[in-house]
Amino acid sequence: MESSTTGTSTKGGSGSPIPTPPGHQEVEEVVVRFAGDSGDGMQLTGTEFTKAAALAGNDISTFPDFPAEIRAPAGSIAGVSGFQLHFSSTDIHTPGDAPNVLVAMNPAALKANIDDLVVGGTCIINTGTFTKPNLAKAGYESNPLEEEALQKKYEVHPIDINKMVNAALEETELTSKEKGRCKNFFALGLMCWRYERDVEPQLANIRAKFKKKPHLGEANVLAFKAGFNYGLTAEVFQTTYEVKPAAFEPGLYRNITGNEAIALGIVAAGQLADCPVLFSGYPITPASTIFHYLSNYKNYGVTTFQAEDEIAGAGAAIGASYGGAIGVTASSGPGIALKGEAIGLAAMIEVPLVVLSIQRGGPSTGLPTKTEQSDLYQSLYGRNGECPIPIIAAKTPADAFYCAIEATRIATKYMTPVILLSDGYIANGAEPWKLPQVEDLTPFPVTHLKDANGWMPYKRDEETLARAWVAPGTKGMEHRVGGLEKDFLTGNVSYDADNHQKMCQVREDKVRGVANDYGDMDIEGEESGDVLIVGWGGTHGALRQAAGVLRGQGKNISHVQIRHVWPLNPKLGELMKNFKKVIVCELNMGQLRTIIRSEFLVDVEGYNKMQGKPFTVAEICNAVSELV
Amino acid sequence: MTEKLKRKDFVSDQEVRWCPGCGDYAILAAVQKCLADTGSKPENTVFVSGIGCSSRFPYYVKTYGFHSIHGRAPSIATGLKLTNPDLEVWVITGDGDALSIGGNHLLHALRRNVNLNIILFNNKIYGLTKGQYSPTSNEGTKSPTTPFGSVDYPINPVSFALGSGATFVARAIDVDAKSLGPILAAAKAHKGASLIEVVQNCPIFNDNVWDAVTNRKTATTNQLRLEDGKPLLFDNGNKGIRLTDDLTPEIVEVGEGKVAESELIVHKENGSAAYHALLASMAAPEFPQPLGVIKQVERPSYDELALAQVDQVLKERGKGDLNALLNSGMTWTVGPDGRPEQ
Ligand code: SF4
Repeated sequence: MESSTTGTSTKGGSGSPIPTPPGHQEVEEVVVRFAGDSGDGMQLTGTEFTKAAALAGNDISTFPDFPAEIRAPAGSIAGVSGFQLHFSSTDIHTPGDAPNVLVAMNPAALKANIDDLVVGGTCIINTGTFTKPNLAKAGYESNPLEEEALQKKYEVHPIDINKMVNAALEETELTSKEKGRCKNFFALGLMCWRYERDVEPQLANIRAKFKKKPHLGEANVLAFKAGFNYGLTAEVFQTTYEVKPAAFEPGLYRNITGNEAIALGIVAAGQLADCPVLFSGYPITPASTIFHYLSNYKNYGVTTFQAEDEIAGAGAAIGASYGGAIGVTASSGPGIALKGEAIGLAAMIEVPLVVLSIQRGGPSTGLPTKTEQSDLYQSLYGRNGECPIPIIAAKTPADAFYCAIEATRIATKYMTPVILLSDGYIANGAEPWKLPQVEDLTPFPVTHLKDANGWMPYKRDEETLARAWVAPGTKGMEHRVGGLEKDFLTGNVSYDADNHQKMCQVREDKVRGVANDYGDMDIEGEESGDVLIVGWGGTHGALRQAAGVLRGQGKNISHVQIRHVWPLNPKLGELMKNFKKVIVCELNMGQLRTIIRSEFLVDVEGYNKMQGKPFTVAEICNAVSELV
Repeated sequence: MTEKLKRKDFVSDQEVRWCPGCGDYAILAAVQKCLADTGSKPENTVFVSGIGCSSRFPYYVKTYGFHSIHGRAPSIATGLKLTNPDLEVWVITGDGDALSIGGNHLLHALRRNVNLNIILFNNKIYGLTKGQYSPTSNEGTKSPTTPFGSVDYPINPVSFALGSGATFVARAIDVDAKSLGPILAAAKAHKGASLIEVVQNCPIFNDNVWDAVTNRKTATTNQLRLEDGKPLLFDNGNKGIRLTDDLTPEIVEVGEGKVAESELIVHKENGSAAYHALLASMAAPEFPQPLGVIKQVERPSYDELALAQVDQVLKERGKGDLNALLNSGMTWTVGPDGRPEQ
């Protein structure tokens, strides 16, 4: 099974004219999954290949899938790390249901991913790792490469990448361990050949990436060329593929993950509000990278504070908001649970607080690195007492930028905590984002009241029902706030029965009033028809694409993705009446469905999945088709 | 020139609602007097508290006040100081609030040395919830949750603070205004976190639990008034504390024909960790209880360092341009034909 071809030249490469490949084929879209051991650099390979696709003008959507353990035993199934890229000449919204191409760097990666590969798909396997111990670690009793089953179902390309990379790096002074680290670039080179990518920008990228360790950069360049030239000369691949550029609106684009977008959104929100930001958090998967990014933005009006625990993370953010800054904290399910009491305090003292909740599989520690949408109830109901707060859900990685701004706008305008829901899928997934100009974003400058005339600590704006924001340091407006029930105007402690009723009502009315700012619902498809697909958050891409596929089949299907999850847009009630059936698709057991039912008294159906994975387009198409 | 404020200028319009005879009244009066005496500005002063009898304190002081949630005051105060370091921020807490539910926050506020003045009212009991034993309760304390006596070993707030790396640690008695006042003023003047354990009597649920320390009749023998640079003397100078060969403190008679003063330990606010630990371990009635400033050392405060770092980054990189930040990372331009420009 081993390839006998070793004609890889370490000197050849981009300089020589590329001969016309034996077969050249144009395809609309491809889904590639790179899989290997956590230490194999699959995330880097995937990211680099994504860049190549973006530069070629393809529409792209990516989704990394890494293990919860940082260093699970090498070669084990638990240690397999994957990166899926969907690139297309048409508009796409998901990283793809199933890969057409799988690059498996070791037996465990093959075992963990092969069942996802579409039948007839291409499987490139690094045979150099298919040793007895590695096969045993992956749970293979015999070598799958020697069995017919695999060959029958897929187009298998066994390549001893280890050997080829070693040969390519023979003349370098790298240790064998360092050489081993270069093999992902062989895979990248091979894939770049297969999809007819320009070589030069890739080489420049690699060199830039390893700027600080040029000897490794050059080694990776050699490995990349070895992979590229292997495709070119080995004659084991019959065809290269071209995915034409997708039609994009002109402009400057950036590939962005959800967590990067949220961090940038928080920076932008502070500037639009003309108010300093204090971000205070505690490390937790998958929210931590927001904290990492923001910690670098100290010259953009953001101060960051790593608190001793989740509670203090919320506490310090509240202290900042009380002090006149925008307090922001971020976490995921278990951490949000710990912050619950503090969020209630912010609701009681009525200061702005932005809580970024990056959902993961639950309950308890659950599935830290897997995606889920099961913390909607937690956001809505996870506090003691009657404690309504607005909730926003980001639809896509790029949308998270605008949602962070919107959450901050609502928090400061209505003097309330706001929860922004994202999830592991949005947090780590990436898509092209047409960059906005800061000048085009609507500012919402905040005011800290300094005039005591006619002011009382809990006197409210008639329209928004928000109290005024008075920061300590303001002369003549010294007052006391706290978690005890407040008098309706003075804010002094009040145990009065009627006052409590009145305060509960006004807090409810204030949050309900946030809906006054909403515009029309963003409907894909007709405003009436057979089925309305309702979703929220990160399922946007799959639902939108599925609705499009079904409409293409002549079905009357529309889709709406809810961004303002609480309070809901009253227009949703009207919209749902125009459809024979409504189906709420979510990665939980039916949380939004229950809320919609109780809010609008509409008998909506549910389609739910609890596998730590995003929806596939096919799943949604099947579920919705059953309704018509 | 602004008129000098008096104690009454720091008295709010809210009715004080502690039990009659509660030690909290005296502490409130002493704090209000300290604010006036040391020129605090009401608009620049904030009292942040947690939950418990003592945590009602902010309502009674005519400054800014924030009665927060159980145990979390240090974290809220930290966020506030990072936002506005010019504010004078006091944290009011009790033994349950600071050392049980909020132990973690106190530890980190102290080790970070956030510029806060923390007053820990230690009455060795949960008062607000009606008398359960607390983490500082003496062993064998009978309470609704320990009807047969508590069996757990109490925590010593001074040892806790020293162990957390606090830069200012003091102890005072609630009703002893004469010494409490100067300690409050010293805590306020100290840059960084200052922790004052105030020995506080709860006449309702734990009356006289501090009797060994506070009883006037035994005060001379049971109280050790600390003065920086002075030997550890008590009982009107007749007794002192000396170190034995195995580094434990011992009480000795001082005077002619007895132990010379020069053999006694000299109090140093910036002394060794071992010395401060030794002081913390001494308690009445076995030893005279140390009162006053136990430790004070200089160390930059967290808020100062954190904000200096922001300034430094600003200086090195200049004020960030948001458009440039958005446009960083992996970018490409799509031309008018909808195709990426190379
Ligand atoms: S219960 Fe004790 S501590 Fe609380 S107010 Fe009454 S006397 Fe003071």
